[in-house]
Amino acid sequence: MSPVLFWFFAGLMLFFGVLVVVNRNPVASALSLVVSFLCLAALFVGLDAYFIGVIQVLVYAGAVMVLFLFIIMLLDLKSEQRRGLNFPAWVGGGAVTAGFIAELWFVLKGFDVGHQAFPPLGQSNIDDVREVGMTLFSTHNLPFQVIGVLVLVATIGVVVLSKRELK
Amino acid sequence: MTLTLNSYLLASGLLFAIGFAGVLLRRNIIIIFMCLELMLNAANLSLVAFSRFNLVPRALAGGGTALMPNYNAQILVFFIITVAAAEVAVGLAIIVALFRARQTTHVEDISSLKF
Repeated sequence: MSPVLFWFFAGLMLFFGVLVVVNRNPVASALSLVVSFLCLAALFVGLDAYFIGVIQVLVYAGAVMVLFLFIIMLLDLKSEQRRGLNFPAWVGGGAVTAGFIAELWFVLKGFDVGHQAFPPLGQSNIDDVREVGMTLFSTHNLPFQVIGVLVLVATIGVVVLSKRELK
Repeated sequence: MTLTLNSYLLASGLLFAIGFAGVLLRRNIIIIFMCLELMLNAANLSLVAFSRFNLVPRALAGGGTALMPNYNAQILVFFIITVAAAEVAVGLAIIVALFRARQTTHVEDISSLKF
């Protein structure tokens, strides 16, 4: 991936990530999150992970965000009213986040392997989906089926939770 | 300026920090939930970057071997996306049930369990 494209998409992703946090209107937050996820999908494609990039667009930017927007509109949330800031909470949260970023900076500076460029692929055209599928169904077959059961349990759980009266 | 592994790790870490700040600072439970998704995606980005960085020899369909990304990491990302999708469905169902009971999505109004 060309560095210009990387910094463009990474910057856009981070910018819309910040917009998710600072927007007062939940719908605007959700739409910013969609753009952030789309830029992330572009970064995945740049890393030669085409399958994951497509899944990111379909599942995250598509299904999950539609679910979010649907719930926001179902609950009919208005723009948040300006409440008195909880000052200690903001100072504490800001300090913890700044500490995290500082730690990230120092860890990455000392991470020697990370200063190397990406090695070239052995083959220029990779059939990514085939490789992912082969790995998924041969090496990781059991976890795949466990995930299937998990999704079934989640479906049943959502139906039970959505009933008006729990018995 | 060439791209290094650290460029991706920095982008991933900053995205995680943004999600983290959102969870700590925002008071709307749906926004908090979105920020959780942001943090999950930041983890996915670093996994995919490591997968591309750490090439392993792999048998090709037409015979022979070539250096390919480590697909185990991409399978892990696939699983994370699946679990996150299930988690979103359950979480939003819980938020709807909560809203029915309390008519609010503001975490400071939901303090029955507060000591």
